[in-house]
Amino acid sequence: MGMIRRHPALVPLLLLLPGLVWLVSFYLAPNIQMFASSFWSGTLESGFSFSFSNWTNYTDALGKYQQQYARSIQYGFAATLICFAIAFPLAYFIAFKAGRARSALLFLVVAPFFTSYLLRTIGWRTILGDDSIILGPLKAAGLVDPAARFLDTPFAVIAGIAYNFVPFMILPIYVSLEKIDRRLLEAAQDLYATSWGAFRRVTLPLAMPGIFAGSLLTFIPAIGDFINAELLGNPNTTMVGNVIQRQFLVDRDYPTAAALSFMLMVLILAGVALYGRLLGTDELTSKAI
Amino acid sequence: MEVTPRVAEVDVRLVNVTKKFGDAIAVDAITLDVSDGEFFTLLGPSGCGKTTTLRMIGGFEQPTSGLIELKGVDVTFLPAYERDVNTVFQSYALFPHLTIYENVAFGLRRSGIKGDELKRRVGEAMELVQLIGYEKRVPAQLSGGQAQRVALARALVNEPAVLLLDEPLGALDLKLRKQMGIELKRIQREVGITFIYVTHDQEEAMTMSDRIAVMNKGRYEQLAGPETLYERPSTRFVAGFVGASNLLEGKVGSDGDDWTVTLPSGAVVRAPKSLGDIGSSGAIGVRPEKLTLLERGQQSKGNTLEGTVVDTSYLGVITQYVVEGKGGLRLLVSEQNIDRTTRSDTWRPGEQVTLTWKPEHGFVVGDAASA
Ligand SMILES: Nc1ncnc2c1ncn2[C@@H]1O[C@H](COP(=O)(O)OP(=O)(O)OP(=O)(O)O)[C@@H](O)[C@H]1O
Ligand SMILES: [Mg+2]
Repeated sequence: MGMIRRHPALVPLLLLLPGLVWLVSFYLAPNIQMFASSFWSGTLESGFSFSFSNWTNYTDALGKYQQQYARSIQYGFAATLICFAIAFPLAYFIAFKAGRARSALLFLVVAPFFTSYLLRTIGWRTILGDDSIILGPLKAAGLVDPAARFLDTPFAVIAGIAYNFVPFMILPIYVSLEKIDRRLLEAAQDLYATSWGAFRRVTLPLAMPGIFAGSLLTFIPAIGDFINAELLGNPNTTMVGNVIQRQFLVDRDYPTAAALSFMLMVLILAGVALYGRLLGTDELTSKAI
Repeated sequence: MEVTPRVAEVDVRLVNVTKKFGDAIAVDAITLDVSDGEFFTLLGPSGCGKTTTLRMIGGFEQPTSGLIELKGVDVTFLPAYERDVNTVFQSYALFPHLTIYENVAFGLRRSGIKGDELKRRVGEAMELVQLIGYEKRVPAQLSGGQAQRVALARALVNEPAVLLLDEPLGALDLKLRKQMGIELKRIQREVGITFIYVTHDQEEAMTMSDRIAVMNKGRYEQLAGPETLYERPSTRFVAGFVGASNLLEGKVGSDGDDWTVTLPSGAVVRAPKSLGDIGSSGAIGVRPEKLTLLERGQQSKGNTLEGTVVDTSYLGVITQYVVEGKGGLRLLVSEQNIDRTTRSDTWRPGEQVTLTWKPEHGFVVGDAASA
């Protein structure tokens, strides 16, 4: 303790230490390793060798799998939009209108996490199946073509992703809405804003940090997801996650898998930076006007 | 400004306004008129219904029964955003995501004012509250006093018919509070807008208000100017809440033009009937500074009581004494220190004294039920 008292500058360092150790050993080191392996050539059997001239791994992978990248972005984007459309009204309701039911509803939001991700996704196969509780009655009533199907379509993949990640959108939005001082809304009304005006000028801008966090928490895992495409899609709905998974675990083509992963990471970082700029605090302020 | 004399118009009228929360009555059948340009104050202890009354005028709460008029128009059920009223909230409620400029401009923009007029009016409001140069900051970068002034500017800039202020100085320290109080009064005179001001601080109320309604348990017990409230409080509650007073309780009687109260000690004190109605169980009161201390045995006209000094506190401008008499009587006396010409020293605890005051310097409070 005496040392800390003599060197108060050590305090932040000590506080950061556990996180730093964790990140260095489980994030930074594997990433360096992965970056290195993306410049490998060779096979598992013959052994790998490193050379910067193997940068062609990147161009090859991109050329071969650009479709999967595009699909991942599209699906991730669509799923994030759907999540937002579901999450915002729900979070708004829980934060502003639910009264005493609030904690019960919040519990329900996270309740799906008590079942494994895999099981829940398999569950969707039943829900979306050709004679399922959704399609069955519709077909029986003659409302849809008897040959119509949801399962193994892009729709099913997007629906699955949206379903699995919607809590990650709801919770941050809820937190930011819940934090809003209700008197600010009264103040807005006092200053001639209608309910809609108060929502647009006060509630929405103040919920922006939650929307930002929620979209990232949804979009980032969605874009790299492979389980939903695997279980609910078809060979034409594979995402980049499926490719990486196959390259790493089935084909053992580590260099290609590493290059794909690295590009995905860069893509996401670039996307986050752009999004952050678009929704940045300065912008927030002027947009709210 | 027009100079034609006119009868003060009624700006805000409450008729039998009651507000219940469940079974609890927060505001109990209040009826009052506030005139145009008046600085009107609702004064009372915590929980007496001041905020609720103000919120009903502002449109944030609807009365359970009764009528609210603004400028002769029934607004009882009009939403807040359609009322020509603005509020300075107790907590200021500044928009944290907007600059000071945009906070002040908020109401104007909602009313469709833009361009040069917007700039001019925001500028004028900022000048009025002396915050020029702070336009680009956000509320988190302001001190309490500055935030309070922004809240004021944000409301005043709309030039509402009535400005509602809910303990706007509550969060400030004593010195700043006094300073801002003077500022508020200056601004109110300058802009001529009707102010309805809520506070539980009687000193604040006294220095700023034209009229004060002293509230207790959802109703007001007396509505009068500061001077009348102090000189002629009409209920025990008002006498105790506004300034310090000595209430002389006992058997009430009548003798010619005077009310009499026979104290438990047998002493009789008087007050002219012209001071008010004592009812059957009222009391005669007297403010500490209206009492004069004499040496025991000295004769005096008017009311006299005998007692012993038990406590002396020198407070600079005045010296305050606690004097105990027979029958549990305990009186507060304050003597201006200018009177040192008549006596070279303060009275000391243990000294026997005679207290005296002119009957017309007292006041009369009525029955508790007549409040
Ligand atoms: N929304 C509400 N629900 C239930 N009771 C309420 C509500 N608002 C106020 N009350 C009650 O109504 C009474 C008057 O409250 P009000 O806020 O008007 O008091 P106040 O005079 O402004 O007090 P303070 O000086 O503490 O601000 C209190 O007893 C309070 O508990
Ligand atoms: Mg209050």
